[in-house]
Amino acid sequence: MLKFTVRRLIQLVPILIGLSILVFVWIRALPGDPIQALLGERATPEAVARARQLYGFDRPLWQQYLSYLHSVVQFDFGQSVVSRRLVTTEIRERFPATIELTGAAMIFAVGLGIPLGFAAAKRYQGLVDQLSVAGSLLGVAVPVFFLGLILKYIFAVKLHWLPTVGRSDATSTAPHPTGFYVLDALITNDRVALVDALRHLVLPAIALGTIPLAIIARITRAAVLDVVNEDYVRTARAKGMSPAVVDRRHVLKNAMLPVITIIGLQTGLLLSGAILTETVFSWGGMGAWLYQAISFRDYPVLQAGILFLAVVFVVVNLLVDVTYALLDPRIRVR
Amino acid sequence: MSLAEAEKELGVEAEAFVGRWTDVRQRLLRNPSAVVGLVLIALFVLVGVFAPLLAPYDPRDGDLSIIRPGLYPGPSADHLLGVDQLGRDVLSRIIYGARSSLVIGLVALGFGAAVGLALGALAGAFGGWVDGALMRLVDMMLAIPGLLIAIGVAAAIGRSLTAVMIAIGVVNVPVFARLLRGSMLAQRESDYVLAARALGVKRGRIVLGHIVPNSIAPVIVAATLALATAIIDAAGLAFLGLGSADPGVPEWGRMLAETQSLLQNAPHAAIFPGLAIVVSCLGFYLLGEGLREAIDPKFRR
Repeated sequence: MLKFTVRRLIQLVPILIGLSILVFVWIRALPGDPIQALLGERATPEAVARARQLYGFDRPLWQQYLSYLHSVVQFDFGQSVVSRRLVTTEIRERFPATIELTGAAMIFAVGLGIPLGFAAAKRYQGLVDQLSVAGSLLGVAVPVFFLGLILKYIFAVKLHWLPTVGRSDATSTAPHPTGFYVLDALITNDRVALVDALRHLVLPAIALGTIPLAIIARITRAAVLDVVNEDYVRTARAKGMSPAVVDRRHVLKNAMLPVITIIGLQTGLLLSGAILTETVFSWGGMGAWLYQAISFRDYPVLQAGILFLAVVFVVVNLLVDVTYALLDPRIRVR
Repeated sequence: MSLAEAEKELGVEAEAFVGRWTDVRQRLLRNPSAVVGLVLIALFVLVGVFAPLLAPYDPRDGDLSIIRPGLYPGPSADHLLGVDQLGRDVLSRIIYGARSSLVIGLVALGFGAAVGLALGALAGAFGGWVDGALMRLVDMMLAIPGLLIAIGVAAAIGRSLTAVMIAIGVVNVPVFARLLRGSMLAQRESDYVLAARALGVKRGRIVLGHIVPNSIAPVIVAATLALATAIIDAAGLAFLGLGSADPGVPEWGRMLAETQSLLQNAPHAAIFPGLAIVVSCLGFYLLGEGLREAIDPKFRR
């Protein structure tokens, strides 16, 4: 198992190096001179030349790449052009918000998707099955930002059940030691803050989690349908095992393998969906931050944000692979 | 005994021996959800193509006299789906928006599929280090969530519809490359390729005449599904402000972005463009799923 994990970690290296090259090339391809962007349009030619030397833009490209790599490895992404603050500081402030949102969306998707897919497969071609098939098709066809708007319109604007934007009430003075508002409220044992944080979390999480929910439900259904006809399931039934135990120990456990792969792939969808969802709900995470960066051409933020999210995606998929190998010993020897 | 006599003798209907694509078409037309998908797509394409004939108003011209701040008339006899924040007819903008979506989707798909298929075919045909190098590149691109790539590419090119098409096309490249390569590798080991090689058929002819046509089925399915994704991604980019630089250009995503702050007063201006996205995507998903089932018996359930 350890050998497998180490091997997967080593495979990660070329992907990460490739990613850094892609992002580096991308920065070069951006319109406009980065120095000009940094100093503003009224910079004197001398100042531009000095800055060019200072930032190493006069050196050969491969040297520039190496120094770029050097600073990235040290988590030095420079300053935001808009806020003039360190990009790393902003990532540290905003990342918990995105993790909280995607985590909640994932819990919603997995917590509802697996039982739904399982129920659909058990009553194959029944009402639940047909509804879930139709629902999962509709689920992938609805763009996350449109679903967000609809939810906001119904539950916040019309019914006033839930807040429309933000992560907490504007008047809230609750402290945030970790940046995860739900966790913060639990740590400080603040019931009011907890309810407030959860109320703000519900709509964005449902909006973001619906597409993964549809996909997870579908894959679970297909996987369970595959497994229920296996010989070992029939054997388990034949030897008089109770149906519930057969479902739990034989059917569900074996059907989970493809589902776990899909859950890993969905994190990519969640991370990019978060950009749109956060925009709709003014959720102060990485997504809303990238959105601002797009509108203000804040390239240091854009490149750091994209690189960071891509690395998170790669690492999550590594974790999924390791989980997979834990569950299925056959993978380990490949 | 002739073949016909043999069929009669065995009780096999002559219809059973139809070509592969005839079979696919028949299966497709027997699948109600695929037919619904076809109808939705036909509707979407017709609306896009004949937009100037169908739209009751100019999508760019707003009638400022009929709106007040906070008061944007909803559906009425004059404006079937109401007007937006600039007094422009929502229905006309949705109709022209179909045209934008159609063009973006097709060009992006064409670009992505052409580059991706070329890379995939190269990798699948040559194998060895060509395959290794190309597939590592593809791995890298697949390691970044699609919308992030699209945002990066669109931001690098600048705000325009061309940028959106290229951005979404780039997202599609690794998908098609991987798909065609996998499909071709499977075909390469098959008996008919071995037979062709034994007959002395040249490598290029085996690839183009035998392997590619037999590997193309999953690509068609993926292309249909990719169109749905392209429409959603294009709307997403426009929603984030990475669409056309011309604010008059009707795009569904942009319509949603512009009217999201008006939900309280003018929900129609946001909801109808959103529904247009859902309906057109649903069409491509339904057809794509139907095609998948019709082409690959494994998925028939």
